[in-house]
Amino acid sequence: MDREVLSGVHFMQGDIACAEGALAAGCRFFAGYPITPASEIAEKMAERLPQVGGVYIQMEDELASIAAVIGSSWTGAKSMTATSGPGISLMQENIGYAVATETPCVLINVQRGGPSTGIPSVHLQGDILQARRGSHGEYEIIALAPSSCQEMFDFTIEAFNLAEKYRTVVFVLTDAFVGHMREEIIIPEPEKIHRVQRKLPDPKASRTRLKGFLDEDVAPMPIFGHGFKTHVTGSCHNDTGQRNVIDAEALDYYIKRLKGKIDKHAHEIISVSQDMDEAKIALISYGSCYRAVREALNILKDEDMHQVGSFRLITIWPFPKIQIEQLARRVKTIIVLENNLGQITPYVEAAVGGEAEVIFLPPRVLGTLHDPYAIVDKVKEVIR
Amino acid sequence: MKLHHPLAKYVRPGAISTATCSGCGDGIIAQAVLRAIDELKLNIDDFVFVSGIGCAGWIPSPFFNADTLHTTHGRPIAFATGVKLARPDRYVVVISGDGDLAAIGGNHLIHAARRNIDMTVICANNGIYGMTGGQVAPTTPLGLKTTTTPYGNVEKAFDLCALISSAGASYVARWTTYHARGLTRSVKKAIQKKGFSFIEVISQCPLQYGRRTGVGNAVAMMKGYKENSLSVKKASSLNEEELKNRIIVGELVDKDLPELTEQIERVRRGLCARRKKLR
Amino acid sequence: MIEIDEDLCKGCEICVAFCPKDVLEMSDKFNKKGVHPPRVAREEDCNLCGNCMLYCPDLAVVVAEEGEGG
Repeated sequence: MDREVLSGVHFMQGDIACAEGALAAGCRFFAGYPITPASEIAEKMAERLPQVGGVYIQMEDELASIAAVIGSSWTGAKSMTATSGPGISLMQENIGYAVATETPCVLINVQRGGPSTGIPSVHLQGDILQARRGSHGEYEIIALAPSSCQEMFDFTIEAFNLAEKYRTVVFVLTDAFVGHMREEIIIPEPEKIHRVQRKLPDPKASRTRLKGFLDEDVAPMPIFGHGFKTHVTGSCHNDTGQRNVIDAEALDYYIKRLKGKIDKHAHEIISVSQDMDEAKIALISYGSCYRAVREALNILKDEDMHQVGSFRLITIWPFPKIQIEQLARRVKTIIVLENNLGQITPYVEAAVGGEAEVIFLPPRVLGTLHDPYAIVDKVKEVIR
Repeated sequence: MKLHHPLAKYVRPGAISTATCSGCGDGIIAQAVLRAIDELKLNIDDFVFVSGIGCAGWIPSPFFNADTLHTTHGRPIAFATGVKLARPDRYVVVISGDGDLAAIGGNHLIHAARRNIDMTVICANNGIYGMTGGQVAPTTPLGLKTTTTPYGNVEKAFDLCALISSAGASYVARWTTYHARGLTRSVKKAIQKKGFSFIEVISQCPLQYGRRTGVGNAVAMMKGYKENSLSVKKASSLNEEELKNRIIVGELVDKDLPELTEQIERVRRGLCARRKKLR
Repeated sequence: MIEIDEDLCKGCEICVAFCPKDVLEMSDKFNKKGVHPPRVAREEDCNLCGNCMLYCPDLAVVVAEEGEGG
């Protein structure tokens, strides 16, 4: 149990797989607060982090949790928190701070029924736009959507790699369904796990003109404790971290460089999984909804119907606009399946731009998985 | 000039001319902290300074030429907790104002004290929200007219030292900017002491608190601190009525208590030992 | 000796008020900030207590023994 990577075959809960993924990625700091359906992640990290020389702290609230994660990340440690919608709501100010200061952080949102207290143990994909736009101001984040326990493990590692590479906030947007289900997962040998570490400045770099911020190709991170005399601020700043709260030009530069860092590398960050062949109907989904899509496709294949394919978003943000534009030119109809009232659907519609028909299909009852037969029926209706 | 200020070597190039108002106590506190580090002959690169939003947040940021984390409003202690837990070998010093630390940040303050995490928190208490133009704070005296208490404040003020003492801090002291030497001594002690150290500094805000509320300018306010303050020892022989409107200065708490990072390390070592035994 | 960096001074007068020997007084000139900096009026009375240096919020006053601090 003191191994960092529990290589082998396991029957594991999604939340636990996420925690093990974090450890396998090299996470050494977790600060969190109990919340259904994410508490299991905190509990597993509390048990495992001291075993591998890391630190777990239960903070007094979610604002403190994300603050501690950011503080820890500035010492060089891979740091994470896990919560659900209400917790992400509380964290928003500091999420913006992490993005603005280019602090690598991983945030797990095990989504539950909202708004407000809602139903803690019922899953909803209700926080997709919140991840993208929850904090104030103009900014970008990265968000991944696992649909299985294996992906909880794999995508958490990927989240850390993206956070380290792009010095930004990476969300893993899962939900109570995937978080609480149990499936077989395979954890590889440590040598087979690809880990990315943030770039650090040359130790001989000049301390007075050290550019640790606002580089679209990602500035080396001047972490604390190495004599870099780093100044980190959430105020508008320049590429040496020097604050400028006077000039609009400085604000313009600051916003555009932070966004540019993600935009410039969007093609490397965005990940979609397509199973389309020559299909003329595309089922767009992410996260737990994909499970129903896969089952619906199996049913259709059994009935010898091959006009339908799947287009799954692995990264929801940045949004795969170009990929969906290209998809729209190849198909006649796109059905967007989300367990909400349509959060990426308007983005899909905008990307499609009238090139294909877009239909939004939620589950019959929000907070449940789509009935695969309902998906099949919809497809058949479209074909007619 | 032929002489160099002995503390100028700690100031970030280009940052020596600060944005504080004329006579603001923040500069006196900044000097006291730098002097403490200088007298202890410590390397400022072994520190991480964490500050919040408000005028006092600008004491280390960008003034101190050292690793500085200027955080969101009310949260420097939470950020500092992350820094300290990940790098227990750093000296972590939080410098911020009374509104930032005790109003919006109150929860983080009391929990850090409860945990007795090894850090020094210096609270510049000017009794008002200065940066935003002079609104009432939880430390504003009863009756004072501020921009949001135009008819007089009807809320009692926090006794921050009493609050943090009862929360579990191992070192608590109160000084005023008049007592710059006592403050320097306390900062030296706090930096070296393992545990949560809280130093409240009654500090003049000549513009918002002083001029606007009719209390006076920097000189008048500091003379007021001199006249109204008394030592812990003298205060112990006075009753509540006699202590009204007096400022008790000095060390109020100085205990040795279990410290958080040591406890975490103890658990980790225990796990390590158990593993070795099992092998 | 006492030296004053006039352009760092914000004219708060704390140094003048807290000198126990009345060594300093505010001058009539204006500095770059548009305020009156202090001037050393009676250096011979200075007992090197260091109050002026200690209390200056802007690090504008330096006090040292003759021969030190250059």
